[in-house]
Amino acid sequence: MTDFILGHYAYWAIIFLLVLGLYGMVFKKNLAKKLIGMTIFQVAIIMFYVASAVKWAATVPVLDPAIGAVDAAKYISPLQHCLMLTAIVVGVATSGVAFSLVISIYRRYKTLDESILLERMKSS
Amino acid sequence: MQNSPALVPLLLLAAAISIPVLAIKKTGVAYLAALAASLGSVVISAYNALRVWESGPLTYHFGGWNPPIGIEYVLDPLSVFVALVVNVVAFIVLCHAGGLKEREIPGKSVPYYALVLLLLCGANGMILTGDLFNLYVFLEIFSLACYGLIGIGEKQAPIASFRYLIMGTVGASFYLLGLGFIYIVTGSLNMADVRNILPHVYGNPAVTTGLALIVIGMGIKMAIFPLHGWLPDAYTYAPSTSSALIAPIGTKVAAYVILRVLFFVFDVKFVSQTLPVTDLIGWLAAIGILFGSVMAMAQNEMKRMLAYSSIAQIGYIGLGIGLANPLGFIGAVLHILNHAFMKGALFLVAANLRKNAGHSDISKLDASYRKKLPWSMAAFTLAALSMIGLPPTAGFFSKWYLALGAIDKGNWVFLGVILLSSLLNAVYFFRILEKVYLGTPSAQGAEGAPSPKSNRGEGFVAGEEEYALMIPAVVLSFSLLLLGLLNANIVKGVIQRIIPLGM
Repeated sequence: MTDFILGHYAYWAIIFLLVLGLYGMVFKKNLAKKLIGMTIFQVAIIMFYVASAVKWAATVPVLDPAIGAVDAAKYISPLQHCLMLTAIVVGVATSGVAFSLVISIYRRYKTLDESILLERMKSS
Repeated sequence: MQNSPALVPLLLLAAAISIPVLAIKKTGVAYLAALAASLGSVVISAYNALRVWESGPLTYHFGGWNPPIGIEYVLDPLSVFVALVVNVVAFIVLCHAGGLKEREIPGKSVPYYALVLLLLCGANGMILTGDLFNLYVFLEIFSLACYGLIGIGEKQAPIASFRYLIMGTVGASFYLLGLGFIYIVTGSLNMADVRNILPHVYGNPAVTTGLALIVIGMGIKMAIFPLHGWLPDAYTYAPSTSSALIAPIGTKVAAYVILRVLFFVFDVKFVSQTLPVTDLIGWLAAIGILFGSVMAMAQNEMKRMLAYSSIAQIGYIGLGIGLANPLGFIGAVLHILNHAFMKGALFLVAANLRKNAGHSDISKLDASYRKKLPWSMAAFTLAALSMIGLPPTAGFFSKWYLALGAIDKGNWVFLGVILLSSLLNAVYFFRILEKVYLGTPSAQGAEGAPSPKSNRGEGFVAGEEEYALMIPAVVLSFSLLLLGLLNANIVKGVIQRIIPLGM
């Protein structure tokens, strides 16, 4: 049991980040804070993939003449990292669109508080 | 032409990127380029469909890398069918957009049409790809374009778009997280490869978790009840062209992904018996059908009513998935086709109302509209009858197959829901039809009080109803009659060939 808890410490941290991100998106009233929650949520998933690529006693996936190319267990898997490069780019693009929407909301309503926004949205 | 499978997303992507350059001097070029690219995608996807029809499924390996290492495009009858439906509806809606003449997007037409093409690129990519991670990338291209297209609208649109963005990103992230679990267990991202590996690892809890996360994530995109919160505001405040594009395409593509993942990556038996995933989707869909219909009755704004009705109609597709038998599958796929045409036609009529009358408020409709907009109203009537499910129209047949599927499974509650929701549909559509067709023309609408019949021809003059606005709506809604009459051919020729193994 202790081994299970200690052995998966990276995943506990990731679960904490996921919950933190969801909390931010659901309970924070300020739209910018919601976005921070969203980013934390995305980063947690990126870390989940990277954590799944970890191999002890293995090195970066670049051919090392001293190790050779025979034993794949001596290199970590590069695929998750490549996938996450794409996911990071997607996350940046999402944040960009989200911030432009936030700016546009602020210009129109002069506030970023969700409860005030919902009131003004109905009245207009 | 051996590269034709990859051509549609690439063409749309290239056109989307080059539009801002092409339209530097004359902004009008943007619309024409978008129209041309959309027409090109229709032609190529029709050509692909013919090839698949004649010689069976096609695959395309990007960069010459063979699967499961490389990214693969899979064109089987299901994917080319859905791709063709999406491209045709999008082309007709784009034709209609020309008639609106930037009324709702003043000065923003160049980025707007670039985004429209990005949206179509994402939708086509999601449909055609055979790689689960590639699907995520196209999903995000699609979603980002969606957020932009919605946020460009009325004053409240950015808020609606922002809420959609938060929920949509959570959905896409859930999909990515679930995919991570699947990848850790199977070590592959290629759909066909994952399908071969999965039977060895079905006992693993990571597979269950991954499947649950993928279904929830796509459920948000599909707006299945109770994950529909973003939809009504987004459809209501978006510009007319955006809602007419996103309503037929957006949720259908997500429904297609759920179909694809549940029945073609996972096993029918696993998702319906080992884990009750399809049952869960079916019951949620049944609640969503009733909820959407009841909420639609309470709305006074036509676009909002159509948005709630979308939630109900998506429920039918969910119901078909939930039945997990061949008849339910036929109903679900047929409803993807029918609903794309019906909702497209209805949103185009709402756009015509906004353009000509300046509003789409149901309480302000009266008998004068049947003279002012005779063809739009005829299109609306036909699409509404199809939504209700009257026999010669297409909507009847998808409901018919769903009802048969429910009987086949012995699920009487689902059958009751289908029948009850048809009645509810009738209530909220007849409310409009009654105002338009049964009321006596009021003073403001009557020009010398001619009889409505003789006015049918005269109402159709320039200034009252423009061809560019009227024809697309009429084409979409009259094709519902055609689809209804040809439904036996569609089901026998296309859909029965794509019923997944083991159903």
